[in-house]
Amino acid sequence: MIKHLVTLAVLTVGTSLYAQQTITGQIVDETHTPIIGASVFYANQSIGVATDAQGKFTLPYVEKESLTISYIGYKTQSLTPQVGQSYHLVLQPEESLDEVIIQTKQRNTTRSIKGTTNSFTMNSGELLKAACCNISEAFETNPSIDVNYTDAITGTKQIKMLGLTSPYILIAEENIPSVRGASQIYGLTFTPGTWVESIQVTKGAGTVINGYESISGQLNTELIKPATDRPFFLNLYGSTDERFEANVHGNYRLNDKWSSSLFIHGNLRTGDHDKNHDGFLDMPKGEQINVMNRWQYINPEKGVVSFITARYMKDNKVAGQVDFDKKKDKGSTVLWGSEIHTEKIDLSTKLGYVFPDLPFQSAGLQVAYNYHKQDSYFGLNLYDIKQNSLYSNLVFNSIINNTLHKFTTGISFTLDQYTEQVFVPGIDGNFNRTDNALGAFYEYTYDNTTDFSVVAGMRMDYHNRMGLFATPRLHLRYNPWENGVLRASVGRGKRLANVFAENQIFFATNRYFQIEGNNGKIYDLDPEIAWNYGLSFTQNFHLIGRKGDVTLDFYRTDFENQIVVDADYDAHQLLFYNLDGKSYANSFQLEVNYNLARNLNFRSAYKYYDIATDQKTGKFEKAYQPKHRFFANLEFTTNEQDNGAHWKFDFTYNWLGKQRITSTAAYTTANQMKSASNPYSLMNFQITKVCSPRFEFYVGGENIGNYKQRNPIVSASNPFATDFDTSMVYAPIAGSMYYAGLRLKL
Amino acid sequence: MKKLFLTLGLFLVTNAAIVAQEKEQPKQVIGVKGVCEMCKKRIEKAALDVKGVRSVDWSIADQQLTVYLNPKKTTGKEVQEAVALAGHDTESVKATDEAYNNLHGCCKYER
Repeated sequence: MIKHLVTLAVLTVGTSLYAQQTITGQIVDETHTPIIGASVFYANQSIGVATDAQGKFTLPYVEKESLTISYIGYKTQSLTPQVGQSYHLVLQPEESLDEVIIQTKQRNTTRSIKGTTNSFTMNSGELLKAACCNISEAFETNPSIDVNYTDAITGTKQIKMLGLTSPYILIAEENIPSVRGASQIYGLTFTPGTWVESIQVTKGAGTVINGYESISGQLNTELIKPATDRPFFLNLYGSTDERFEANVHGNYRLNDKWSSSLFIHGNLRTGDHDKNHDGFLDMPKGEQINVMNRWQYINPEKGVVSFITARYMKDNKVAGQVDFDKKKDKGSTVLWGSEIHTEKIDLSTKLGYVFPDLPFQSAGLQVAYNYHKQDSYFGLNLYDIKQNSLYSNLVFNSIINNTLHKFTTGISFTLDQYTEQVFVPGIDGNFNRTDNALGAFYEYTYDNTTDFSVVAGMRMDYHNRMGLFATPRLHLRYNPWENGVLRASVGRGKRLANVFAENQIFFATNRYFQIEGNNGKIYDLDPEIAWNYGLSFTQNFHLIGRKGDVTLDFYRTDFENQIVVDADYDAHQLLFYNLDGKSYANSFQLEVNYNLARNLNFRSAYKYYDIATDQKTGKFEKAYQPKHRFFANLEFTTNEQDNGAHWKFDFTYNWLGKQRITSTAAYTTANQMKSASNPYSLMNFQITKVCSPRFEFYVGGENIGNYKQRNPIVSASNPFATDFDTSMVYAPIAGSMYYAGLRLKL
Repeated sequence: MKKLFLTLGLFLVTNAAIVAQEKEQPKQVIGVKGVCEMCKKRIEKAALDVKGVRSVDWSIADQQLTVYLNPKKTTGKEVQEAVALAGHDTESVKATDEAYNNLHGCCKYER
């Protein structure tokens, strides 16, 4: 089922935290696929449960009693649990004589065969496979999300789904939209990976519960819950590009109802690295401090769960020419430099209530306040933005007649106050605005519990700029035969484009900005509207006694209106205008996962993108977007020893086909580039030595083939000349990087 | 005479007990026999198909079916009959041999 409801999440937490004295765990098969409905029970007691859709279970702790885990076709396993422990158990098929391995760690990406939407969940184990350290880097082992380099100055990686950039993805944190407006470009880098419990990824239209803005997909990050957090966690990281990070978490349980966690993250990026000798830093220097305090209240008797979260973040970046001295050279034309200062405050609360004796009925309320401030300059260009946001969502879940028919309904209110100052060639002004939206939604789910389900959602919003509009979305699931799932979805999304915040990469150019508006409601432009259609088929299979699955996806996004960001009209200009004609994005993905051998998993994907927009001077294929992409990942884990020690190996290969480069015709001959890039490959690896469930260390390498874009900055030798441009990036700037780190858990 | 009073008294008590039993509770826990995940699906489906049943959950380990129902529309007895019809013995309704024999091999619980 869709897990977007706070109350559902709250329910899960509620049950897993019955009392202090519980044990929890997850049961998976030898390919790490969760086993649903495995029975877990105390052999000598009449206490037991069946595992849920994620293969998870929660049981009260009974002293000195052994626990039996069984599932048809698999060997029955027993163990004597420890209080408060979380177990990860791998069941072996009956014919196999291999010992059952008990791990205390989960690791994988799970795709549900039952869910109506095309969704999967990446847990913290998957996140650990990425080098580091924040969630913009978490998707490198995931084929459904592409990680792209945005520009040659800030080193920011941007994510794409179905070939569309992050503004078209609804990115939420605990179901509260988080990366939006001012934080669109850098937002993902402000959540450290170690804070994350799991990330749910939904391709295509998604649910209507969290808003109308999503077009190509939804990402929801669940943070670690204080009630299930470990008492202490430490992570240290250092890399050859002189980036150092530290994460410290502490957890305290006041009583059986209240618990609290404190998360502290700090990072430091030092050292002048200029591997391509263009006189510019390959990545910015800077530092970040990020602190979060969460409180959780649980009262299972009354059916109440609540969270209160407070967070503060400050991040500074300095980029530009190696010798740039911010005190001396800021605002001058001697040396080109840039500084980006960001400050963020988040306060949020969630309250979930399950009706007593009506386990199928619940209500939830979320309220969040965010403050986001960015002060920055890029050479002589200035950009400051401040955003105050209020978000609230009241959700009610219940059933119609019986649990085959469920519904979710509610109302939401959003308020955004922007203060924006832009000073670039062509534009000098303040863009202050206040937006608010009041919406109501209703989502109906029918599931016949066997082979068919449907989720039909509709929301109506009244927005002060966009007026009254409807957002319909529909998802269907059908299992034509065993282990085969056919899914279809269709949905509409609508949003206001924050043209400057979303296109900050162009500030580090000397382009002349121009908004060719039609007196529309925002920046003189109209809202963006798109329809997304998706079709997907997944088949799980057994081949030579090993499990695997294959997924075929096809998605199409059709824009009714889009804010075209035209960098092709003239390489010395950047135009924004409403779409006149067609704009579409087709994406096709073939993904194959296979358990090659015991403990050895293989994941691979081929992706094809056909994305084009009618611009002023004709139809253009999307720039800096490969038409063809190939992805492969190999994961190997050694058998765990009695003390929990083992090794983990991970290797990722990415191949990117040629990418179109925006027109350089206006440049001087020396600065002109080819119309397309060469294909290239990227390879990452990671080795983790788990010494015990409490201590592990890891080493890894990114881009070990050392592929670099030659001359990522146009006119690097003369950054104040008209040709200067850092936005024409299709490949890594910095080349290979190696890192090491450790994790201590108590 | 004494005997008559005793009989009458007994009759009244039993009657009261019957009345009390007939007042349907919205939440009922019913013993149902089964073995595996397939049984769970079958039992829950059978119970859920009874008009007036809102939510069901059968536990393999407990051999118990928790039912939430609308007392105005159905009774625990009806739920038990429906489950028995699907082949699973409940605490007060036995499945017919025919229904039991129709169960999948792995679902043949001990009778």
